[in-house]
Amino acid sequence: MTELKKVQGPPAPARAPARGPAPADGASALLRLDDATVRFGGRAALDAVDLEVARHEIVCVLGPSGSGKSTLLRAVAGLQHLDGGRISLDGHDQRGVPAHRRGVGLMFQDHQLFPQRDVGGNVAFGLRVRGVDRREQAEHVRELLALVGLPGAERRAVSALSGGEQQRVALARALAPRPRLLMLDEPLGQLDRSLRERLVVELRQLFGELGTTVLAVTHDQGEAFALADRVVVMRDGRIAQSGTPLEVWQHPADAFVARFLGFDNVVEAKVAAAGDTADTPWGRLRLPAGPRQGAAPAGGARHLLVRPAGVRLADPSDAALTCTVTARTFRGTHVALHLRPRGDSPGIEAACALREAPEPGAEVGVTFDPAEIVVLGGDLAP
Amino acid sequence: MKSAPADASRRGGAARLVLMAGPVAFFGVFFAYPVVAIVRRGLYGDGGRRAGRILDVLGQPDVRHVLWFTVWQALASTALTLLVALPGAYVFARLDFPGKQVLRAVVTVPFVLPTVVAGTAFLALLGQGGLLDQLWGVRLDTTVWAILIAHVFFNYAVVVRTVGGLWAQLDPRQEEAARMLGASRFAAWRKVTLPALGPAVAAAALMVFLFTFTSFGVVQILGGPGYSTLEVEIYRQTAQIFDLSTAAALTIVQFAAVGLILAVHARTVRRRESALRLVDAAHTARRPRGAGQWGLLAGVLATIGLLLLLPLGVLVARSLDTPGGYGFAYYRALTSADGGTFLVPPIDAIGNSLRYAFAATAIALVIGSLAAAALTLPRPRTDSTGGTTSAGRLVRGLDALLMLPLGVSAVTVGFGFLITLDKPPLDLRSSWILVPLAQALVGVPFVVRTMLPVLRAVDGRLREAAAVLGASPLRVWREVDLPMVRRAMLIAAGFAFAVSLGEFGATVFIARPDRPTLPVAVARLLGRAGDLNYGQAMALSTVLMIVCAVALLVLERLRPAKASTGEF
Repeated sequence: MTELKKVQGPPAPARAPARGPAPADGASALLRLDDATVRFGGRAALDAVDLEVARHEIVCVLGPSGSGKSTLLRAVAGLQHLDGGRISLDGHDQRGVPAHRRGVGLMFQDHQLFPQRDVGGNVAFGLRVRGVDRREQAEHVRELLALVGLPGAERRAVSALSGGEQQRVALARALAPRPRLLMLDEPLGQLDRSLRERLVVELRQLFGELGTTVLAVTHDQGEAFALADRVVVMRDGRIAQSGTPLEVWQHPADAFVARFLGFDNVVEAKVAAAGDTADTPWGRLRLPAGPRQGAAPAGGARHLLVRPAGVRLADPSDAALTCTVTARTFRGTHVALHLRPRGDSPGIEAACALREAPEPGAEVGVTFDPAEIVVLGGDLAP
Repeated sequence: MKSAPADASRRGGAARLVLMAGPVAFFGVFFAYPVVAIVRRGLYGDGGRRAGRILDVLGQPDVRHVLWFTVWQALASTALTLLVALPGAYVFARLDFPGKQVLRAVVTVPFVLPTVVAGTAFLALLGQGGLLDQLWGVRLDTTVWAILIAHVFFNYAVVVRTVGGLWAQLDPRQEEAARMLGASRFAAWRKVTLPALGPAVAAAALMVFLFTFTSFGVVQILGGPGYSTLEVEIYRQTAQIFDLSTAAALTIVQFAAVGLILAVHARTVRRRESALRLVDAAHTARRPRGAGQWGLLAGVLATIGLLLLLPLGVLVARSLDTPGGYGFAYYRALTSADGGTFLVPPIDAIGNSLRYAFAATAIALVIGSLAAAALTLPRPRTDSTGGTTSAGRLVRGLDALLMLPLGVSAVTVGFGFLITLDKPPLDLRSSWILVPLAQALVGVPFVVRTMLPVLRAVDGRLREAAAVLGASPLRVWREVDLPMVRRAMLIAAGFAFAVSLGEFGATVFIARPDRPTLPVAVARLLGRAGDLNYGQAMALSTVLMIVCAVALLVLERLRPAKASTGEF
């Protein structure tokens, strides 16, 4: 595990890119999906998905429910048969290989601990079916339980565990047979918020120490950004974007990804041929200088994202755009303001400091900071 | 590239076929073959011009009378059972009182009692020289009332367990939600609980109807000459009048009727599987509050006492009531062969019965487990439009088919055994295994019924979790399914055991004269005149009742706390 140089510690949502290993190239990919397709009836749950996961990489698949995330995991685990394409592990095509011979681990959303076995029996399960001798099993179980923070819990009944403890036991059970790839399905989905935030940090630390290759799915962007080296956003069975958390956060690929990440200020705009301004329902906006992101050509009809932090309040007489404050939401570090421009142009969300937040009903002028504006790719259909 | 899913469903289908092979072969050889053979012999036996025989038989006034009586007594029994048992279902589901667990077991005892014992008990209560006769000069045997009351006695538990089991798991908060929306207590019950219970009530009613429609022992013992169900008539035509063709025609009629009932039952059960919000039964019961609930509880307890316990008590009392005062004279008489009724002392019947019942239980467990496992194999995924695959239909068909032995005339099966299993390669006529084989036929449906809900309740992802951890399919079954169904299997074994012990209709044909089973011995003793024979019948019935009750009470302790909705 010495080749691993992961930085430990709590990752911030927008941390530096390339902290983990470089994105997979074909040679070092542990898991590789080519054109993987799964259909339920007429609907494609996985639609020609290409994906690679490198050794020791933590990849998080992010998407709304029904986007095909869980189907992706089940297909890799061998629990769901492919209707097309292929899945390779270590370069070997997995077609026809049953789930119990794939050597991957899967932690289920609701843990699925074996109710009739105690904690030790659950963790030892994978070792037992592989015929590991009892002493070795016990030794290994002891280590794993210590690792996940439940030392000495071997004889406890799983029904007596709290949600967080069950999650730890499920993790220890999945890790015990040393799977070459560990998959997590909504690993923290059922836990309460504070526990979730603590566990996600612990998980990342643990996977770093063990050098585990991880493919996780979640619908929670915070969880994905905190856990992953690389985030894959899925929509309707397809991959909408793939990149480091920072890349995805800073430059959402299209309007769908931007909205899924919680950005509401997404509007259609006409970008000038020079690429320095865009006409929007909110008026003509200046665009950030420098090279364009995305492969799409600069000019023409595009979607524009304005981050709430880029919406500046001004005196109504100084600004081209005047809005009415319709609501304010306290967000801890700042206040989210909902602004309604005159006319029927779409509403705007602005972030502003607690002390400066105007009352609902107040009239404010609005200007936009070009540094917080992103020209999005993708077609114009919202 | 397109072959992967096809491979998968083919693999699943193949596994299902392998598992089904045992049960299908068993039912083919020991059920379909004898039944078909005897029906063929009846219809075509003497000349082959008898295809229209069914219509001839149905045209006879006697037969029409039997048919009419069979249907109306079954309807009346069902209605009466629902009337008497539904309050019981409520009390067991929603009220909490000391001794409830024991009482629940006690209520189930009659269901597993041999019909012969029940018949005898009611004879002791309602018959000539019975308790009512002595007290008030009232005799109900040879009246239809005796039959109806005995049918309620038997099927009380069916309603209490099927309906009450579901009732206990219905979330009371749904009723509370309705009341918060302004519904009165009764309106909330009628609008929320009743519709949810409806399918369970229908399923229970159909089971009761099925059991009473094919009733044999009770009617044979309690019904006078005027009252004869189809099953009794088949027995009479076969064993006493030797009119095989009439018996065959009646068998077909009964078969068709039972098939219809089972088809309706399968539909109801499927509807019942529709998503209901179920909660742990342990949290829905409350201590009785108010005069209404206490009154209901008292009424139900009184009903159980009078209807279920009194007859059994009278039976025990009669067995001890000898001409020389209370004592064990009748029991002692069982040990001697002097009575002349048998070639062997009646007490030997206990050993025979136990031996046969153990063998029958083993057979039923193996066959029933295989069938249950085949029925729970993961089904090929249906598409999202809700279309059902042919495999799904196959499973449901099989499910219903396994129930058939409950409804097909046991008399026919027994007689069919005699005429088909008498030549090589299946010359079993003189083999002791013949009796357990016939008894296992009735046991299998109970095994399947008991194990299926438990197997289906095993979360499929638990199996997947085991597979991903490296367990092969066989290992998954051993590690995940088996520990969960172990208790269900024991319970199933108990039911199969009790049913085998009490089986009468088929056994009476095939048990050898020197190897009678308990019910056969009781029936023979009852068929003879004299106090000694009557007393011995009572004594032997008491022995049989105790064996069954003990078996059941042991099982009740094994029943998992979160019992399935108590299907029979």
